[in-house]
Amino acid sequence: MRLYALAVYAFLYLPIAIIALFSFSAGRSASSMQGFSLSWYGRALNNPFVMEALWTSVKVAFLSACLATVVGTMAALALTGMKGRVRRVFDLAVQIAVMIPGIVIGIATLIALVTVFDLVNPWLEPLTGLKLSLGTGSLIGAHGLFTMSLVVLLVRGRMETLDPALIEASNDLGATPFGTFRQVTFPQILPAILAGFLLAFTFSFDDFIIAFFVAGAETTLPIYVFSSIRRGVTPEINAIGTMVMAASLIVLIGAQLMLRRSQARPRP
Amino acid sequence: MERAASMHVRPEETVAEFVGATKRYGEVLAADRIDLRIRRGEFLSFLGPSGCGKTTALRMLAGFETPTDGTVLIDGQDVSAVPAHRRPVNMVFQHYALFPHMTVEENVGYGLRQRRPRLSRREIGDKVAKALATVRLDAFGPRRIWEMSGGQQQRVALARAIVNEPKILLLDEPMAALDAKLRGEMQRELLDLQRQLGITFVLVTHDQEEALAMSDRICIMGKGRIAQIGSPQELYDRPATRYVADFVGKANILSARIVARAGGTAQAVLGNGAAVTVADAPGDARGEAEIAVRPEALSLAPSGEAPGPGVAAVAATVTHRTFLGDHTEYLLDAPGVGALQVNVPRQAERVPGGHGMGASVHVIWPEGAGLVLAAG
Repeated sequence: MRLYALAVYAFLYLPIAIIALFSFSAGRSASSMQGFSLSWYGRALNNPFVMEALWTSVKVAFLSACLATVVGTMAALALTGMKGRVRRVFDLAVQIAVMIPGIVIGIATLIALVTVFDLVNPWLEPLTGLKLSLGTGSLIGAHGLFTMSLVVLLVRGRMETLDPALIEASNDLGATPFGTFRQVTFPQILPAILAGFLLAFTFSFDDFIIAFFVAGAETTLPIYVFSSIRRGVTPEINAIGTMVMAASLIVLIGAQLMLRRSQARPRP
Repeated sequence: MERAASMHVRPEETVAEFVGATKRYGEVLAADRIDLRIRRGEFLSFLGPSGCGKTTALRMLAGFETPTDGTVLIDGQDVSAVPAHRRPVNMVFQHYALFPHMTVEENVGYGLRQRRPRLSRREIGDKVAKALATVRLDAFGPRRIWEMSGGQQQRVALARAIVNEPKILLLDEPMAALDAKLRGEMQRELLDLQRQLGITFVLVTHDQEEALAMSDRICIMGKGRIAQIGSPQELYDRPATRYVADFVGKANILSARIVARAGGTAQAVLGNGAAVTVADAPGDARGEAEIAVRPEALSLAPSGEAPGPGVAAVAATVTHRTFLGDHTEYLLDAPGVGALQVNVPRQAERVPGGHGMGASVHVIWPEGAGLVLAAG
């Protein structure tokens, strides 16, 4: 049994470990280890295409996570105030949204955006000279839409465990409804909101499928990696992959700690 | 127990009033036409089993529930539509509801920080320190809530409420989460605190001993209505209904036929034909009624001893006996009357070591023990 579990973990993590290992290779092959060097990390970080793609990815991840956090938190708060069937339907819709495959969301978002652009542009262009098209904006929108449901789930979970007597105590002590939100509700759900932000950031940062459909002419880091693989794999790709993975892991662990901290506090 | 706080207060002065206050949740009547005046400076308890409407009454006073019908007044002002945050009352919650992300000081100062115009930082600090001293937590200000024990958290909750100098302090089963020993201590502390502050206290509890020990007046609730209101002694000695007699202390409830009523006493004939004299209740109906008698109001004599002339006695057999140190609880079967409980103090035992199981005894019914219950 223990051996079996070991085999499963090896199957899951060995390829990743090998990528990380090979990224330190000194040779030119991406699939063998020849000496130790950090030169591929240096090449990756000095490659202007990589840096531009990285900048786009960070920008999209940050802005889409902001969007998802603000809208998702507001949605979660509104859902908590609702009752009965409406709430059940919305809850279900949010849960389904998390489970829908990325490729479906990618295609659906692409078609929706293109349709809207076709409808709006003939009016918008003569009036303002602007023309809507796929790019950073559509990336932020698509990622924000998808990761919003993650934020809703996390914040809703926290709201459920929030003692309603805390809100009543705050009212009883003379705080206005907004005062209660600012001084009691918000600090109580803040860890969940931050965890939601970090999760949304990583999802967007790592996402290839949705980005591939709606990026237009923009190149995010996962798209860059994908296209450079077609030109031949060098350990530079391994180095980029390892760095992305390390960054994502750090952010995800941060999110976990944040959530744990919000729950570990013993209730009075 | 006469208490100082209630003595220098004019009894007619009303701090809050329920007028026909009714709360309906769909089909359920949580509070049904409650009429009640709460006197300034008194310690009033709402007592009853869960679902009797006591918590609903308290929440209507706090402003967490709006009456479906009727009004709630505080200091003569109709506050039925005033939200909780603008009412001059404060509550100690059942599980304290302390803010876990704040220190003890920040919790206690919360109400003061909501005041507009703002109080100065210094003024808040002084009041918080004074409130913490009142509940004997002087040195605990910078502590976190989860570092405090249950009893300490309770005191923080108390300090957080009294620091605002409310017109009424509401207490929602505040002692339910404490162990028995701590509860007794806390009851005494609450009484001292009320005496010291002179604030009106309104307590909700399902624990009759707690209500008896602490209250100037107890309001017994049942099915959303007030069953009876009075001092602990009044409720114990003169319960109006079977419900009240059952809920406050232990009582033998017996069926009897009332044959005469005069001068505050009634002649009742029990099921076995024994005639007893009991205290009367308002009303003049005769015939079948229920009478209640406390277990300690009766006494036992061996069946060999003839009861004296004019002494009412009921023949019975001992079915259970429980020795409780200072007294013994006897459960008896009296043919024609039913099960009876009699508590006999140790020094009043007529037989050395008490009556044994299966012993035949006379239950002695002193004149005026027990009373007629109103129907309901």
